[in-house]
Amino acid sequence: MATTEFRVAPDAHIVVDGDSCRGCTTQECVTACPAGLFVPISGGGILFNYEQCFECGTCYLVCNTKGAITWRYPEGGAGVVYRRS
Amino acid sequence: MPEPRPPAAPEFDVVVVGAGPAGSAAAVQLARAGCSVCLLERGPAPGSKNLFGGVVYPKVLDDLVPEWREEAPLERWVTRRATMILTDTQALSIDFRSTAWGQAPYNGATVLRPVFDAWLASQAEAAGAVLLTSTTAVGLLRNGSGGVAGVRTDRPDGDLPAKAVVACDGVNAFLAKEAGCAVPSKPSHYTLGVKEVLALPADEIERRFGLGTREGADFEILGGTGGVAGGGFVYTNRDTLSVGLVLSLPALAASKCRPEEILAGLKQHPAIAPLVVGADLVEYGAHLIPEAGVGMMPRLATEGMVIAGDAAGMCLASGLWLEGVNFAIASGAAAGAVVADAVAVGDVSGRRLEKAYRKRLGEGFVLADLERLKRAPQLALSERLQHRYPQVICNLVEEMFTVTNPHPKPRLLALARAERARAGIRWRDLASDGWASVRTFL
Repeated sequence: MATTEFRVAPDAHIVVDGDSCRGCTTQECVTACPAGLFVPISGGGILFNYEQCFECGTCYLVCNTKGAITWRYPEGGAGVVYRRS
Repeated sequence: MPEPRPPAAPEFDVVVVGAGPAGSAAAVQLARAGCSVCLLERGPAPGSKNLFGGVVYPKVLDDLVPEWREEAPLERWVTRRATMILTDTQALSIDFRSTAWGQAPYNGATVLRPVFDAWLASQAEAAGAVLLTSTTAVGLLRNGSGGVAGVRTDRPDGDLPAKAVVACDGVNAFLAKEAGCAVPSKPSHYTLGVKEVLALPADEIERRFGLGTREGADFEILGGTGGVAGGGFVYTNRDTLSVGLVLSLPALAASKCRPEEILAGLKQHPAIAPLVVGADLVEYGAHLIPEAGVGMMPRLATEGMVIAGDAAGMCLASGLWLEGVNFAIASGAAAGAVVADAVAVGDVSGRRLEKAYRKRLGEGFVLADLERLKRAPQLALSERLQHRYPQVICNLVEEMFTVTNPHPKPRLLALARAERARAGIRWRDLASDGWASVRTFL
């Protein structure tokens, strides 16, 4: 992904609520996210990084905990910029 | 909380959300019909947020952009189409070529979406649409009676009032959801596409795939997806290869496999590795596909708004036929025409829009194809087709062609019976799958 362009906005476009994630045993976001943005933290919970997000929507669809993921598109002009796909 | 201001007088007749193929087609129609159109795009350029396999069947542009054969930025005309069935160690292909597909009127062509979509959006601009990029639609504006009356954007003072909205905002369909048109979203409605774009000189591509200049190959793959239901693909662009996977979202999530690892596995398969060796990665990305077709189609219109393209689930993901861009263009053009008429007579009621839109779509292929092939996605992702038939078929072929001297040649039917039994496929399953295929495709 060093080769795909991302225009990183100052704020995260997707917010993951750590408290909601702490009890999650399935953590399907961790493996399903094609950009690997969800990282399990020791002691439970998830660390999420928005910068190289493909904005696909996989995470909010597989997440089984209502409210854990607040999903939006990035602000206009920000995020992934495909050139050759 | 201050009183919400009523929307200002519309500057535009219609706002089209999304400058992908559906949105641009809608905008072309609307502009030509004399509507003032704002074509909104959240990316810095049309196509910058779009990724697909893939192959476009541009014949749908004959009326919209008649000079497409000369002017559309296409990569290669697909003259070779193969369907491959893979197991870990085997590959069986049905590999077809046609010289007719390499000559006018042509058939399918590989494209790069950021290039193709940008061209189609420029056609909309040439027709008079105003393209507004780097602007995300974040919600719908409503009029006094609750009908859609424009969109709210993320620009400061960014409300765009309009008489009507055409929602071409892609697979996640947020506007359709906000409008209350969407069916509840389920992971099983989607597949995740992940793709690598790999650089290879044009003449090397032609050598590896046995192609003439400007000719292309389209490989659709069953198997090789690490046990996760889905498929793979290899397409040839001018000087890059598109190699990727389409994976059932629930199957992917349950497998705890990473899509990029599954893709790495496909690239190592003995049938695929020689095609991609030495080709460097130039871009990687992912995008969802609305797999379920009619099973996920929203209500297509509401007061002041019509939905087209992926946002309306109008993508043909039927295993054999994989078409999304032409469906988007056709539905976008239909939406544009219908909204233009409605705006002209001043009646954008949901009932009128939906009736006219369905009628218009019914005159073409979009609804007919999706309806006819509605069982196909489920068949293509079924357990037996994904996890058992590839092994059975490949083993059968391997046994057919393995010389077992001094034993006399086995009877094919006996081989087939043994493989079927080994794979635990019951005769009635075979019959039911056969019948389902006939009903779906024949």
